[in-house]
Amino acid sequence: MEQVIRDKIRQVKKGDQSAFEDVIAFYQDKIYRHCFRMIGNAHEAEDIAQEAFIRAYINIHSFDDRRKFSTWLYRIATNVTIDHIRKRKPDYFLDDKIKGTEGLDMYSRLISNTPSPGEEAESRELQRYIHQEITRLPPKYRSIIILRYIEEFSLQEISNTMDIPLGTVKTRIHRAREALRKKLRYV
Amino acid sequence: MNCHDKAHRLIHTYLDGDLSKAEEKILSSHLEECEACQRHLYELKRTITLLPSTEQVSAPADFTKNVMQKLPAEKKRVTYLRMWKAHPLVVSAALLFIFMISGVFATWHQDSELVVSKQEGLMIEENTVIVPADVTVSGDVYVKNGDLRIDGSVDGNVTLINGRLIEDEPRQGEPLMASVGEVSGELKQIDQFFDWIWYQVEYVFQNVFRF
Repeated sequence: MEQVIRDKIRQVKKGDQSAFEDVIAFYQDKIYRHCFRMIGNAHEAEDIAQEAFIRAYINIHSFDDRRKFSTWLYRIATNVTIDHIRKRKPDYFLDDKIKGTEGLDMYSRLISNTPSPGEEAESRELQRYIHQEITRLPPKYRSIIILRYIEEFSLQEISNTMDIPLGTVKTRIHRAREALRKKLRYV
Repeated sequence: MNCHDKAHRLIHTYLDGDLSKAEEKILSSHLEECEACQRHLYELKRTITLLPSTEQVSAPADFTKNVMQKLPAEKKRVTYLRMWKAHPLVVSAALLFIFMISGVFATWHQDSELVVSKQEGLMIEENTVIVPADVTVSGDVYVKNGDLRIDGSVDGNVTLINGRLIEDEPRQGEPLMASVGEVSGELKQIDQFFDWIWYQVEYVFQNVFRF
């Protein structure tokens, strides 16, 4: 697949726009998910992910063929997201309900006598809580935590993606881990 | 917590997979006697295992299409090149057709001057070509943008384009060919554009298959 993408990028560089369609289709879920995890709501995530792909297309000539395209794309997506977070009101996402989950309240859980929906709701509740805590981290820690533990990048890959020294990546990971530990220790 | 600072650093180094053999020994011996640090490590590990369980979301259904619509337009030249690559035969055929039609069109509108094939004995008066009464013209006669009067005879085909065949005494009810008994070959009159195209095509084919 790596080779297929490489060829597609070459076609795009020659000016063939239609080749970019396959590139988007291949990475759309990964990039959208990454933006969604960082920003915490679907609507904004879509806008940001779209912008990331458009930026990638416009700047395709500055992409070095010998490197991994996905790394470059993640960097763009991360930067676009961080810009976006900086621009908007800081408290905005704290009151923002995460879309895509139906809010099952405590009553429905008490009434329910079948265990499975209850458990399901509980795990969804937990997921939502974790997600919320991640989006409460400062953006530079948030992106690194997501890349490291949810998208399972290596430390070196994160360093390449974010274009920051390996030592800085480690320092930020340590701080982010500590911050999350405090939030999640009683879950 | 100062006494644990070093241990905490080592714990994180361990979680990053960067621990050396010596550091590993230091950390494990510290953990054996320090419950707070054990707990700390346990909480960190648990935090990490909780993380991947965030929601699995996918991009909206028409995400790719939306992005494609927002991209700046590509250069026209590339569009044609891509079409050529995708359907080489169709594009080549279309181009050939365009060239052919435009070529035919150009020759059709080229001039309204009288054009006559060169033969002994043909006379030209203003816009009329005359085969005199006592003359036999050998070979194919070709007249364009002019009229033709045959008083004598033609030994070959006659092609008349954009012109009329003038008869001295038009005989009622008789077909045109009757007065052209003196033409040994075919008499063709062309004054419609599509006839002209047909003639061109015929001409091309005759030349192609004439080996």
